[in-house]
Amino acid sequence: MNYDSIEKSARIRRRVTRVIVYTLLTFWAVMVLFPFYWMLLTSVKSYSAYSSEFVPKLYTLSPTLQNYRDAFTAVPLAQYFVNTVIFTVVTTALMVFVTVLAAFGFARLNFKGKDLAFTIFLSLMMIPNELVIITNFVTVTNLDLRNTFLGLILPSVTSVFYIYLLRENFAQVPDELYYAAKVDGTSDFKYLFKVMIPICRPTIITITILKVIECWNSYVWPRLITDDQAYFLVSNGIQEIRENGFGRENIPAMMAAVVVISVPLIVLFLIFHKKIMAGVARGGTKG
Amino acid sequence: MERQSYKGWLYLLPAMLFLGAFLVYPLIDVFIYSFEEGYNSASQTYFGVGGYNYSYVLHDPYFLQALKNTFILVVITVPLSTLIALLISVGLSSIEKLRSLYQTVYFLPYVTNTLAVGLVFMILFRKTPYTDGFVNLVISWFGGKSVDFIDGPYWAKMFVLSFYTIWVVLPFKILILTSALASVRQDYYNAAKIDGTSKLRVFTRITLPMISPTLFYLIITGFIGAFKAYSDAVALFGTDLNAAQMNTIVGYVYDMLYGNGGGYPSYASAAAILLFAIVLTITCINLLVSKKYVHYE
Repeated sequence: MNYDSIEKSARIRRRVTRVIVYTLLTFWAVMVLFPFYWMLLTSVKSYSAYSSEFVPKLYTLSPTLQNYRDAFTAVPLAQYFVNTVIFTVVTTALMVFVTVLAAFGFARLNFKGKDLAFTIFLSLMMIPNELVIITNFVTVTNLDLRNTFLGLILPSVTSVFYIYLLRENFAQVPDELYYAAKVDGTSDFKYLFKVMIPICRPTIITITILKVIECWNSYVWPRLITDDQAYFLVSNGIQEIRENGFGRENIPAMMAAVVVISVPLIVLFLIFHKKIMAGVARGGTKG
Repeated sequence: MERQSYKGWLYLLPAMLFLGAFLVYPLIDVFIYSFEEGYNSASQTYFGVGGYNYSYVLHDPYFLQALKNTFILVVITVPLSTLIALLISVGLSSIEKLRSLYQTVYFLPYVTNTLAVGLVFMILFRKTPYTDGFVNLVISWFGGKSVDFIDGPYWAKMFVLSFYTIWVVLPFKILILTSALASVRQDYYNAAKIDGTSKLRVFTRITLPMISPTLFYLIITGFIGAFKAYSDAVALFGTDLNAAQMNTIVGYVYDMLYGNGGGYPSYASAAAILLFAIVLTITCINLLVSKKYVHYE
């Protein structure tokens, strides 16, 4: 065997490997995308067309927007949507406020008991949500906060991990800046807002986006705490639509509702996908 | 100094209020609940203190069913999802063209609403008198018999649940593994190339040891996450998971707390504490095992 034939067989082997790799990757990409295609496809099929397909068709030649009209008129989808937006915006805003203050306290200020407080605080990260949700449910029920935004929002604000993440970022800001500001007579509060927050904006944006995703998809707590449709979030709404919506089993309209619910986060993801993926790689958990 | 001290605590105050009220107090309270026998949530009274709640939960057939389902789900999904994620990540890091496109696509399930997409999976897998559904159509192309995956036999339902769980957890694992693979130093690979080491050997002797801490992190969080499975099951089988025989431990906790069989925070607490005893044990075992196999630089 001479050099040429060795090189030739190596090239062929490389090409075969590449074909296999791309085939596998594409296969999984199809698996990921297919449910999205299916929900879009079903959502534009008319009810009668869908019901008459014993063997489901993979395309449609007569798309209709009627299902989207049904989704907004027959069930209070718009209401669920508005509720979720209120819940997400308020919870995230409160979270950012609380997190920034606490992270600043831990990273920048020196006071008695800080180290002990931070250690205790770190150990709180290990407390699983499923344990504390029971008492929170009883607390909120006793405070008569069921079916209120207050009851939905308050227990959802805390995120120990985000405080930790931001504290680490704050701690990287050089001390000299702080002393310079002190010499100039700048107050801590002003320093936080004029120096720290602008410098650490990328991290703040990251935790904001992660929290928005978390809020938009939250299901368990809202389900426990609301049984009045007027306070349902989209996750509970979709479950309600599935169980009692539309009077009959109207799958195309259900799929239209699913599309409407999924679009905001997908748009957010397409705009910020680099930031979101970097943020999750640094500190997200799921599954 | 005194003034500084009080100002420092002031910054922490909002966080401490929230954490105290909704994390620390509930954590203590849940243990108290779990030992209060015959607790009545309406009158807030109880008969005595003891282990009855635990014994009730451990003898409840619904809990045993949930326990069994959760264990099966964990045993299937944790190894499979880690393996598939590893395969995909290795594939991803071996290509250059279209890499970021694939990465973005693979990450998509992470940002979608579990309940909403679960509904799509249900439609895809379900068989009704009016239609066999898409998955059964594919099965029929290969000459198989149609199965109802949503209301049918136990293992068909378990298959869908496992499949959907893997679909949901893969984005996170792929993302973490791809960045771990990218951070393996190129020197090692170059050295291996000079020695003419085979690809398989490079993978098992360089790549795997180098990413073993990450792999191990994913296995631990995978176990913890899989033991807490719940919304995926609700998305596929509806809120009455006991009727579908597909309840999970977390589902049992919530059912005890609220819903059709609800109103028993004591039983819910006992079940939740049992769950975390299990998770803690498994995590400790994982840590012990990892000492042997994980390579830290």
